[in-house]
Amino acid sequence: MPDSDFLQMRGINKSFDGTQALREVDFSALAGEVHAISGENGAGKSTLVKILSGALQRDAGEVLLGGVPVELGTPVRARRLGVHAVYQEFSLVPHLTVAENILMGEMPGGGVLGLVDWARANRRAEEILQEIGFVGIDVRKRVRQLSVSHQQMVEIAKAVAVRPRILILDEPSAVLSQEELDRLFALVRQLRQESTLILYISHRLDEVFEVADRITVLKDGQVIGTVRPQEADQKQLIKMMVGRTLGEIYPSRQPPGREVMLEVNGLAKAGAFSDISFSLRRGEILGMSGLVGSGRTQVARCIFGAEPFDAGEIRLEGRPVHPRSPRDAVREGIALLTEDRKRDGLVLSCTIRDNASMASFESLSRWGIIHRREQEARVREKVQELDIRPPLIDRLARQLSGGNQQKVVLAKWLMTQAKILILDEPTRGVDVATKVEIYQIIGDLAAKGLGILLISSELPEVLGMSDRALVMRQGRLVGEYTRAQASEEKLLASAAGVSQ
Amino acid sequence: MTSGSTPTPPIPAKAGGGLRTSLLGRVGSAPRRRWVDYAFIIAFVVLLLITAATSDVFFTQRNLSNLMRQTVTNGLLSMGMLVTILTGGVDLSVGPVVALTGIMAAGLTEQGLPLWGAMLICLLVGVGAGAVNGFFISRFKLQPFIVTIATMGAFRGLVFVYSDIPITPTDPSFRAILGAGFIGPLPVSAVIMLACFPVVWFFLNRMKAGRAIVAIGGNEEAVRLAGISVPRHILLAYMISGFFAALAGVILASRLGIAQPSVGSGFELDAIAACVIGGAILGGGGGSAFGTLAGVVTLGLINNLLNLYNVQSYYQQIFKGLIILVAVLARRKER
Repeated sequence: MPDSDFLQMRGINKSFDGTQALREVDFSALAGEVHAISGENGAGKSTLVKILSGALQRDAGEVLLGGVPVELGTPVRARRLGVHAVYQEFSLVPHLTVAENILMGEMPGGGVLGLVDWARANRRAEEILQEIGFVGIDVRKRVRQLSVSHQQMVEIAKAVAVRPRILILDEPSAVLSQEELDRLFALVRQLRQESTLILYISHRLDEVFEVADRITVLKDGQVIGTVRPQEADQKQLIKMMVGRTLGEIYPSRQPPGREVMLEVNGLAKAGAFSDISFSLRRGEILGMSGLVGSGRTQVARCIFGAEPFDAGEIRLEGRPVHPRSPRDAVREGIALLTEDRKRDGLVLSCTIRDNASMASFESLSRWGIIHRREQEARVREKVQELDIRPPLIDRLARQLSGGNQQKVVLAKWLMTQAKILILDEPTRGVDVATKVEIYQIIGDLAAKGLGILLISSELPEVLGMSDRALVMRQGRLVGEYTRAQASEEKLLASAAGVSQ
Repeated sequence: MTSGSTPTPPIPAKAGGGLRTSLLGRVGSAPRRRWVDYAFIIAFVVLLLITAATSDVFFTQRNLSNLMRQTVTNGLLSMGMLVTILTGGVDLSVGPVVALTGIMAAGLTEQGLPLWGAMLICLLVGVGAGAVNGFFISRFKLQPFIVTIATMGAFRGLVFVYSDIPITPTDPSFRAILGAGFIGPLPVSAVIMLACFPVVWFFLNRMKAGRAIVAIGGNEEAVRLAGISVPRHILLAYMISGFFAALAGVILASRLGIAQPSVGSGFELDAIAACVIGGAILGGGGGSAFGTLAGVVTLGLINNLLNLYNVQSYYQQIFKGLIILVAVLARRKER
């Protein structure tokens, strides 16, 4: 690399509790470049950028900005040097307005009393949003009233408002819709023009290929290589990330049975969705796609009893059921794998054993006392079946990688002998190799006769896994396609409301 | 970090170490951290015992049994407190419940009820007081801190409504068994307290409801979505806390031989301190019965030694405050 590299990180080492997270990492990037950092979960991507943003301290090595060695001790110092990061975890203050959050620390005002000049603040915030192409967000609203995707955009706006020299985007797309993602990409390109260095971390390879000028791949804390998207394809990149070629991504499927297991008729919830009707057969994988916020998750939560619904009927194997709580639903044999495992899928401070057996405490205990040996046997069985690593059932969920955490959540539901499995974004934040494993598991479960409702924003996943695919838009079902009919274009078009 | 290249360690066989780690294991803690958790307490207790050895009085039967009886109240309260802390809450109302049940025990015995009958009623009152806390916290999703501050005041009022003057039961049996009785060299009250710790441990580690309570403190929504009723378990946790407060109240009145309506102010802080010194995390997600016992013993030893060396009680409070800070600081790094 030439000396003109704006950012140079040399010989970076970092370890946590004796685990080497980064090993002699050399990384450099140019100003005015979009540089993607790819790798499986635990490869060290987040650690690397957190060192750059001052959130973590390196053990060894040096960081140069514009050829000058710098100390990035704290996030504040890093920010002074022009390094701003947008993490997956939000740093917004929920009960302050959008404007206050964007202008944090720089609220206009003055006079003797130090009064805030609200009109000017709101105008300034609006300008900032306008400038970067994020329209349709009311700057007077409190952040907690915004949707998750709008919150994400405010978060990005806040970082961009100060015109950073280096902007770190850590999985920015997870909660964004396609349209919002396009706007983000436009912004990224605009910043590149202004010679900002953008470090882009994402699990979605198609996204990386679309936006990045160069891609650096990390594996096990080491740099495997840097490629240009024009010179490589996704397969090669996956090979670099995983260290081997993956076989078929999606499992081969058998045709589903005829017997209807779950029937939903005219399900409605005010302000969320209406007139939702579909059926799910034994051994069938029913895909459900649609933009974030189209009501998919809420439909799932209502069927699972996690939220009340206003009208409609749910039939389980022909029998009407009305789960008023997740407890009811679990008893009826319905399981829900939630979209955000850290928020509501796992108890991170508890062990694999606790997490996996949590939904089956009833059947594992007598007189309130848990039958330890049976618990252990059944958890071990699932740990083996799903290849959870390390296979230590008293390991804390917090200590597992994202993919293994997701498998623990799956194990929890497989232990309940559920008949209906609702999977909401089952491969979000999961590395490629584990993704393939999870697809295999889902295929096996369908083959065993479970009815599976697969909610996903990843169209290839919906197309590759489903026997039929539903599309939701603004709280309504707007399309149903058989495996043969479905295509990415069709699903996208109906999700976006574009007629063909 | 998981990496494909490192060989997966073999599943450890059930060796002797299993029991030790599972007994000492802080709820929700990594195996290798467990000793670190206790290193501080162990070091501190050793230090205290060395100090104690320099005193002529410490190792006398009289002082040791005093020490044990004095730690009973905090020991019992701490167990209830631990259960509420594990759910992510706290029970600040234990002090007035101690006073209420103590004075009711004295009053009812004075009215001619046998001690066991009075005790039974008091335990029910304690459980009821806990149920009031638990009801408001779980049913209306109110903050435990606020609810138990409110009931702390209300329960204290109830105590004075019941009796605004101390009650001294004339019946000698009121003191004889619980307060002054011995089993071998051990005071009855201490035996009761020490027996409660394994029970609480068993509840938290081996029972359905206990595991649910621990998990609720870690992530309430995940527990709800696993099909477990969260309100029911939160209610249970506060009832357990009320139960232990009542047991402590009756035993304390019996030990002193007199029930004061004003007793118990600040008791909740000692109980919280014991839990925290023992590794509990306020807000849930960590804490164990035996860690809490270690915290109780530590605090008890400090009190006892400072008394033996005639340190004024004001200084004792300062010292206790420092110990709590040091204990929390010592553990801070591993988070």
